Amino acid sequence: MTKHTATDTAAGGPGAVPAMEEGLALASAEVPKESQTTYRPFFKRVLAQKQGRIGLTITVVVLAFAIFGPLLLPWATGNTATEFVAKPFSEYGIFGSDNLGRDVLSRFLAGGLTLFVYALLATVLGMVLGTIIGMIAAYTGGVLDSIIMRLNDVILAIPQLVFALLAITVLGPQGWVLVTVIGITHAPRIARVARSATLGVITEDYILAAEMYAVPRWKIIVRELLPNITGPLSVEAGLRLTYSIGYIASLSFLGLGLQPPAADWGLMINENRIALSVQPWGVLLPVFAIAVLTIGTNLLADSFARAVASTSVENT
Amino acid sequence: MFAKVIGRRLILSAFILLAVSLLVFGATLLLPGDPARAILGQQATPERIAALNEQLGLNQPAWQRYFSWLGGLFVGDFGTSTASGGPVSELIGERIGASFVLMLLAGVISVPLGIAIGVWSALHRGRRRDQATTMVSLILASMPEFVIGIGLIALFATSVFQFLPAVTLAPPGEPVWNLPLQLVLPTLTLVLVVTPYIVRMMRATMIEVLDSGYVEMARLKGVPEQRVIMRHALPHALGPVAQVVAIQLAWLAGGVVVVEFLFRYPGLGQALIDAVTYRDVQVVQAISMLVAAVYVVVNLAADVVGILTNPKLRSAA
Repeated sequence: MTKHTATDTAAGGPGAVPAMEEGLALASAEVPKESQTTYRPFFKRVLAQKQGRIGLTITVVVLAFAIFGPLLLPWATGNTATEFVAKPFSEYGIFGSDNLGRDVLSRFLAGGLTLFVYALLATVLGMVLGTIIGMIAAYTGGVLDSIIMRLNDVILAIPQLVFALLAITVLGPQGWVLVTVIGITHAPRIARVARSATLGVITEDYILAAEMYAVPRWKIIVRELLPNITGPLSVEAGLRLTYSIGYIASLSFLGLGLQPPAADWGLMINENRIALSVQPWGVLLPVFAIAVLTIGTNLLADSFARAVASTSVENT
Repeated sequence: MFAKVIGRRLILSAFILLAVSLLVFGATLLLPGDPARAILGQQATPERIAALNEQLGLNQPAWQRYFSWLGGLFVGDFGTSTASGGPVSELIGERIGASFVLMLLAGVISVPLGIAIGVWSALHRGRRRDQATTMVSLILASMPEFVIGIGLIALFATSVFQFLPAVTLAPPGEPVWNLPLQLVLPTLTLVLVVTPYIVRMMRATMIEVLDSGYVEMARLKGVPEQRVIMRHALPHALGPVAQVVAIQLAWLAGGVVVVEFLFRYPGLGQALIDAVTYRDVQVVQAISMLVAAVYVVVNLAADVVGILTNPKLRSAA
């Protein structure tokens, strides 16, 4: 990975960002290389690491809350009081009630699913667009490559959150706007990674062989190139999922994502933060959940990166 | 030789900003409804709407409006705010100082701090304190900024201790730097968000450099360890870090938005959120362009530093 960064920085124009961008900085020296004779599948290499196991576990636990939470609402989402009530384990619910007297625990259990679904959709959209753009740029090369990369620089010049705010101003705070704009602004960042990973395998003999057999270009991209860059792409997917969760939660927190009366973690924090000193649960539960979920997905991304780095012997 | 390279980067930067302006302006063409009606309200007579359209230049074709808007940007005329009716430049002028102070404080603290912690961590590679640093920076780098900010508020301003103000309560017109205590939590939040990235990158490049042949050579010929680190290793490790620092500084321009909202800090970010809420397009456009300009300039600066300090790049390009 460090190699790509060096070449990317040299080749990029202004606004050029190294491939690992905000990212995973692993020194190549500290990842043990595996011998070429022992092959272990990717998921085993991920789970062999402590942070891979921890990341997977806490992601799954928070996701279980988010997905099954809406099914086990203990006190429905109806009002139990008329205002903030902070008495834990009272008739107002285990964690008290929120600004409108609604049960905090129920709102909390119901509020994680949309956040995760939006973040996942945005990540998938970004991955698909970014991978296609990056691979085409790398494989075609020449003028098209330069044009695509310069257009990427244009989108990269606007921070993702500001871009999302611009889109929301024009189109309104709707779910599809959030998902689309986060996905589209992920794409150039992912395209950089896909492009440099593709450039790394494009000179391999099997690509030359496929070209000699006059295999159609799209088939080479799908069958020969794509399977060989899944490593860096998986790292990217983990990272982008972490950022997507952050952006979508942030937008909801700003009051520009899901709109009341929706139950949503980001929105809950916004609604309840004025009472942080008297009724902290309405803020702390969702804050804690978002923190743990992003830590989990980022730990997973980091262990993906280590798993990929440990096989770079085989790839070269 | 490298004046030419830098010149090319300059032209590219200008091109990028121009394209960004097209994008930012083009987005508003998607806007349903018309701004004149939004300003005057539903009961406005068609004559008044037509008059206001004339006044705002909205009856001209889009390309003509684009060029007059673009021309305005160069002379500091950002148009008229639909929400307040006043010029956008006035609003920006009032707010930009506060945001700049916050970004400057965060940058000045996190860059040296990140480099120092990264080097320290690399020198203790594999030990407990290195593993702890790596873990803490990974955790901090995962969380969105408002989560860190609320954690800090709960810790220092409300639930646990109560010695720092949770929100900025500056009387209107009072500069924020007159109330240093209120700057602590917003600055700390940004520092905690930005520093981990610098730490991780610094640590990685430092480890790479410490394993290199010339560091081994310097050690073998008996150079004192401190000198090896300060004169031989550090300067080489700083190159790639400059890029990450640039990205982080540019990120600050967008990242202050959420932090300012969280702490009710009277800066541009807060103004941007208000503008989005009221769909005040002119203000959103102006602030987006400003943020993009900061990003492009900071990256250009990092590129120039990179070209000037890297002899290989200098001759290759």
